[in-house]
Amino acid sequence: MANEIDQTALDKLHQAVAASRQAAEAAETYVDQLAGGAHAATGGAVDPFVFRLAIFALAVVVGYYVVWSVKPALHTPLMSVTNAISSVIVVGALLSAGVVTGGHAGGGAIAAKIFGFVALVLASVNIFGGFLVTARMLAMYKKRG
Amino acid sequence: MDANLAAVLYLVSGLLFIYALRGLSSPETSRQGNRAGMVGMAIAVVTTLFYQPPAGPFSLLLIFVGIGIGGAIGAWRARTIQMTAMPQLVALFHALVGLAAVLVAASALNAPQAFSLGSPIHASSLIEMSLGAAIGALTFTGSVIAFLKLDGRMSGKPIMLPHRHLINIGLGILLFLFIIAFSLSGDHVVFWAIALVSFALGVLLIVPIGGADMPVVISMLNSYSGWAAVGIGFTLSNLALIITGSLVGSSGAILSYIMCKGMNRSFISVILGGFGGEVEAPPPGSAQAETRPVKQGTPEEAAKLLKAAKSVIVVPGYGMAVAQAQHALREMADVLKKNGADVKYAIHPVAGRMPGHMNVLLAEANVPYDEVFELDEINKDFAHADVAFVIGANDVTNPAAKTDPKSPIYGMPVLDVELAKNVLFVKRGMGSGYAGVENELFFRPNTTMLFGDAKKVVESILRVFEAK
Repeated sequence: MANEIDQTALDKLHQAVAASRQAAEAAETYVDQLAGGAHAATGGAVDPFVFRLAIFALAVVVGYYVVWSVKPALHTPLMSVTNAISSVIVVGALLSAGVVTGGHAGGGAIAAKIFGFVALVLASVNIFGGFLVTARMLAMYKKRG
Repeated sequence: MDANLAAVLYLVSGLLFIYALRGLSSPETSRQGNRAGMVGMAIAVVTTLFYQPPAGPFSLLLIFVGIGIGGAIGAWRARTIQMTAMPQLVALFHALVGLAAVLVAASALNAPQAFSLGSPIHASSLIEMSLGAAIGALTFTGSVIAFLKLDGRMSGKPIMLPHRHLINIGLGILLFLFIIAFSLSGDHVVFWAIALVSFALGVLLIVPIGGADMPVVISMLNSYSGWAAVGIGFTLSNLALIITGSLVGSSGAILSYIMCKGMNRSFISVILGGFGGEVEAPPPGSAQAETRPVKQGTPEEAAKLLKAAKSVIVVPGYGMAVAQAQHALREMADVLKKNGADVKYAIHPVAGRMPGHMNVLLAEANVPYDEVFELDEINKDFAHADVAFVIGANDVTNPAAKTDPKSPIYGMPVLDVELAKNVLFVKRGMGSGYAGVENELFFRPNTTMLFGDAKKVVESILRVFEAK
């Protein structure tokens, strides 16, 4: 009789232990998941390409709203100034024109330098021409009186 | 220079470029915006020179020489260009951006180490590079054709090749296959094949488009030059390029949309080309229409009407630009204003050869910008005007666009010129406009035609005023 009671108590104890162990395991996985999430959020796993894609998408949206706010009377200066700023491609031309040549660099580097130099001249025509012609046009817009 | 600092500086220059565009929301802030743009460009250039310095003094010298040559040419063109030639200049500038994109992509392919691209170059970089080069190449040849057409070195008439749609689709598919092949191999020959196919596509796409559709074309090429810059920006992982390219890309796209809407034509139909310049056999019965009488006036009669007018609305068009009549026009407006008349200008969205073309010409002739109005702002005023003075515009005043569903320009927004008490229509001859449509306005009882070169007609009206 006493043995039977002991046996039931023991069973219940076992059950309790198993339940608590399960709970502990669940908590552990939960913490793991939390940590994993935190890791992702701090940026370790995001490809830089996605980051650039985000910048691209946001800039398109900004461009959309900014350009709709431009007065139609200023659409020609808008074209010439967008022209000037798109010559920021000059940063690529600067890298190419400044490339290391000779030694181990090989023939590709010389070709790159020549292409870069030509691109630099073209982009510079655009930068100076674009901004100056825009300034010249904008100076002509005057109010009455 | 630290990579993070460089990235922040590129971001700053991108923000300054946004401000440069934002400034154009009003003429007062626009000049400041333009200066912000210049500062942004200077920051981008200086950052690049310090962050990834050129190899040795020779390279540095080369860079200064390059900037010097390009800068001198650019500054000279900017100072000497005539305002009427602005569309050509902008087309030429688009061409330069396009070609620069191709060349930078070619450099990156030849010297990947200078662009931190790794060797062999990643497939994703190869795709970005080839897209930048392809769009750049298309922009280049397309803009050169647009330049030749706008500058009158090539006929503005659409040139229709047989099977051109098939050829274009074929080239498009070829381009797609080449880009895939290039992303897998990184082969230099394939790169130049991409460039060649895109050069050809650029020519073939623009050649069939007529002169009067140029406002759409030039906006579209503006957009393309931006997307080409984005492609290169992704290749170089450069924030300034990505931001700027996106701004320019959306700007051009919006302008194309506005221009298409101003002509009530779909973008696709403009790109497919062939509008205007086609001589169709006149439908039976139309010969009779052409013999309808028009009232022809002399400068004296025109001066009399203008002198009696209390309110005058001037409607300028491309013909004013061709004749360089904007200065004489402003002198005439001055005389009328002294006479107590209210003078306004009405600008249709597609007047001229590029967006805002007429506004710049009037500004050049010292017409205050608060006397110049857009279609929506001024259309209700024609009913109260004594004289509508149409100079060098045609289709944008045709009432048939509102009333005749059979007209090719039906549905196009037009200026309600016919509602004015009197219409003075300055025109070189009885020819039809670019759409090849007869203008109903000529035959209205309140219309007086003044035949002749726009500038000469205005000058002879001025002489009548001075004689009295």
